[in-house]
Amino acid sequence: MDYLYFPGCTLYTKAKNFDQTARNCSLLLGFELKELPNWTCCGATFPLATDNLMALLPPARILASAREQGTVLTTLCAVCFNVIKRTNRLFQEDGEKRDKINNFIEKNYQGDLRVVHYLEILKQEVGFPQLKERVKRPLTGLRAAPYYGCMLLRPFEEMEFDDKERPTIFEGFLEALGAKVVEFPYKIECCGSFQSVGSPDVATECAYKILGSAMKNGAEVVVSTCPMCTFNIDHKQSDIKQKYLDFKTIPVLYFTQLLGIAMGLDHRTLGFEQNFVDPLPLLKGKGLV
Amino acid sequence: MKIELTRQKVHNEFAKKVELISGQNLFACYQCGNCTAGCPISFAMEIGPHEAIRYTLLGLEEEVLGVNTFWLCASCLQCTSRCPKGIDIARVMDALRMVVLRRKERRDHIQISEFPEGFLEKVPQIAFISGFRKFLS
Ligand code: SF4
Ligand code: SF4
Ligand code: SF4
Ligand code: SF4
Repeated sequence: MDYLYFPGCTLYTKAKNFDQTARNCSLLLGFELKELPNWTCCGATFPLATDNLMALLPPARILASAREQGTVLTTLCAVCFNVIKRTNRLFQEDGEKRDKINNFIEKNYQGDLRVVHYLEILKQEVGFPQLKERVKRPLTGLRAAPYYGCMLLRPFEEMEFDDKERPTIFEGFLEALGAKVVEFPYKIECCGSFQSVGSPDVATECAYKILGSAMKNGAEVVVSTCPMCTFNIDHKQSDIKQKYLDFKTIPVLYFTQLLGIAMGLDHRTLGFEQNFVDPLPLLKGKGLV
Repeated sequence: MKIELTRQKVHNEFAKKVELISGQNLFACYQCGNCTAGCPISFAMEIGPHEAIRYTLLGLEEEVLGVNTFWLCASCLQCTSRCPKGIDIARVMDALRMVVLRRKERRDHIQISEFPEGFLEKVPQIAFISGFRKFLS
């Protein structure tokens, strides 16, 4: 089956490695990501003010245009997923707002699209046991910490993604790849999000706590589902190092990059040059590249 | 701080405005502090999210708009997810932002012209777009 795919702007620029690895892996797994034509940015944050619908227009347009092409829409970026899925819920549940927005964008979208995250496709459509069988290069001995962040999970009544305090889908995925899952208490804590623009020092502190906790529990690599998380916990490690002199860096990979390694893709196609902390020494040491 | 309670204070216009924007019933809050306890950013906040709610209820507009609490909120929804009274605190924090950002004269919280060198090249689109939505009038 093919999936309509909304990449989002960051996956076209600073997170090409996320986009490319997902596309390549899906072909190996027997499905294709069909990019939505003429998409725009989703707005990068679900608007929390309830008295102004303007900020809902971009995701509403994305949904309406996707519905003209198909019935299932998938994303990789956890923030896009959150914005689009929550907007879809609003279309399903609030008829008044739905009509108002439809009138404004001159569409007639009824909320009848299924919005799924790539991880959900791997779990529900491919199946983790089947995925495991297709792994060519098991990540044996690699201690990986699944970093969920917030946007996949919350608000859990609307996202319906996983348990709000003890999610397991990411662990199931890593186990299917043969990795050793590292449990750590900060896996659903926020990385500081857009505070990297508003109060960068605060975001640095959040990242330091998350990475410190992962390392203390034995992680060799932290795995991400979001280009914003990745910026905060990977690229900001240079800021952490400036503040905490004894801080040791740790590679942060997109889950699709790990999938690519496990599926046997050539490491030169995995876009490691966009990762801030170079994962190659670790992966070479483990015999994975 | 000495706070004098009056009927007018408890039924103040400011709290009504915050309730309208956020769609939340602030009176449901019983000050358990769960929101603040689980907030990943409360360490840097001048008052906790639960205090911001209380200040708002008491009509302490200047005081609550003068602290960094709601500006530092990252909309991570941890508080929202854990509030035993079902209050979406992240929406309340955003409503406080909106009260400032929607004022007639422009009240940007960050100045793009003051970004350090190389910042625009380094930071991903996603952080700018969401940040601008949260911090610019
Ligand atoms: S959430 Fe991000 S990456 Fe996603 S489309 Fe919007 S701004 Fe771009
Ligand atoms: S951890 Fe940070 S960037 Fe990632 S989803 Fe949460 S707020 Fe967003
Ligand atoms: S968790 Fe809810 S009830 Fe408790 S202080 Fe915070 S807002 Fe009030
Ligand atoms: S949404 Fe804001 S106030 Fe609530 S826990 Fe997250 S950062 Fe703290």
